[in-house]
Amino acid sequence: MSNGNLPEQIVFRIRRFSPGRDKEPVWKEYRVAYEAGMTVLDGLWRIKESIDPTLAWRASCRMGVCGSCGMLINGSAMLGCNTQISELASSVVSVAPLPNFPIVRDLVPDLQLLFDDHAALSPYIIRADSAEQENPTGEYYQTSKEMETYLQFTYCIKCACCMAACPTCATDALYSGPMALTQAHRYNTDTRDDGFEVRKQVLAGEAGPWRCHFAGECSRVCPKGVDPAKAIQFMKRQLVADALGLRKKRPLAPLLKKPEGIQRRPGIAEAPEPTVG
Amino acid sequence: MRDQKLWTWHLAAGAIILVLLGLHMVIMHLDALVGIFNPAGGHPIDWANVVARGQSLAFTATYILLLGAGLFHGLYGLRNILFELDPAPPLKRALSWVLLLVGVGLFILGTWAAWVGHQVASMT
Amino acid sequence: MVKDRGHPNRLGIWGWFGGGSWGPDRYLYSLHRVTGLGLLLYFLLHIVVTSSRALGQGAWEESMARVSGPVFMLGEYLVFVAFAFHAINGVRLLFAELGYGIGKPIEPIYPYRTCLDDQRPWALGALVLIAALIVVGALDFFVWH
Repeated sequence: MSNGNLPEQIVFRIRRFSPGRDKEPVWKEYRVAYEAGMTVLDGLWRIKESIDPTLAWRASCRMGVCGSCGMLINGSAMLGCNTQISELASSVVSVAPLPNFPIVRDLVPDLQLLFDDHAALSPYIIRADSAEQENPTGEYYQTSKEMETYLQFTYCIKCACCMAACPTCATDALYSGPMALTQAHRYNTDTRDDGFEVRKQVLAGEAGPWRCHFAGECSRVCPKGVDPAKAIQFMKRQLVADALGLRKKRPLAPLLKKPEGIQRRPGIAEAPEPTVG
Repeated sequence: MRDQKLWTWHLAAGAIILVLLGLHMVIMHLDALVGIFNPAGGHPIDWANVVARGQSLAFTATYILLLGAGLFHGLYGLRNILFELDPAPPLKRALSWVLLLVGVGLFILGTWAAWVGHQVASMT
Repeated sequence: MVKDRGHPNRLGIWGWFGGGSWGPDRYLYSLHRVTGLGLLLYFLLHIVVTSSRALGQGAWEESMARVSGPVFMLGEYLVFVAFAFHAINGVRLLFAELGYGIGKPIEPIYPYRTCLDDQRPWALGALVLIAALIVVGALDFFVWH
């Protein structure tokens, strides 16, 4: 593979911060030899291995699945592992921790705020039949069409890139932010869920989607194509309809009991055990 | 609960403003092109035109509706912006009260002016 | 939780307007905010100034004379420009924020398509309409009068 127009050396400008030692973050420069296929995360590893072992960041799967390595790369929030240096088309790569979260150290943001906002919106199936949920006797039946209304929003990996890009999150700590709102919408839309009123306790107030003004940055930076802005606008429609008393109550997904009185034909292998029931 | 209802009204007020302020802008600024509701000719803000429009009760009513919708939409929008700066809760309460008082005060002033204007115009 | 440790790192108001290399919708959002504030300021003053009509012809003509002249004319034109932007972009937002014109949930397959791609034609259409209004407004303010 050719180097394209990239020089042999890449300059990494990295925003360093060590609590207790530094008052403010400082930029430091490192020069790393470029190799074809090198990602930003690869570059960070190279620096840690051969130049400065004190450099800290958070990463795990290095394949865009775990959501650990969200960082501000050349001014945009993205995953270090998912970003090829060649696609940045620049010989200078600036790397800073995700904004709008406190810095634990160097490129490691403290994402507690994100997890708190997420938990506050009850991101799980809520139903009145809690006994059935604790000791399931079958599976809730959902059509594939019903699943498609929320499937896109389930791909979120909680990397916090959307929260770093959101203009409201830049000032307002009370706002739930695109990640948590998208997950709330994902459950509100799920036909197996009946928790709209529970989540509304948070959504109808100041932490709700009213602080979103459709700047669209969350959708632009999402490394998984989850499109949080889309989910939030749909959520607003639902809540406005609710405020006007026009929200249609959808039927709850029914419980699909195990089939009874059916004889398996001989020679056909047993189906795998169902996940529940 | 409050923001869900307030924001719904914010949208509704926006839609009202769009129609009424659109009309207001056409009357006031596109007079050379469209020239409606300016029976006396000349400038839309000439006293004769103001009086002519003020004679209509419907005009006066839409002025008051536009006034209310505009004040609510604008001041709620300002409140949104200020609240996004994350002020402390007591300051938020104080801001809400100040904006409410400004809104109500200007609504009373504007309604009074429109109503007196209508009565004066009706007599001429 | 490391509550009191580390640098807060919030972008602050700078994050409203830029704060990085962001997209065109961010600038529409900023302009909507700025024009809204400008229109509100004008509107509050406008209520006070035009309330003079209740005091009769003399008071009305006096207050209208106070806000006339080229500087106020230019100011009023800027208000008209802000109105054109805020109104047309506001209609776009009214639909978009109620979930119309932003597409449906899709299967995210790389390269990802987002609601911003569905919005693009509407945003462009809005900008063309705004530009047309600004031109017509300029003709009415400065040429036809």
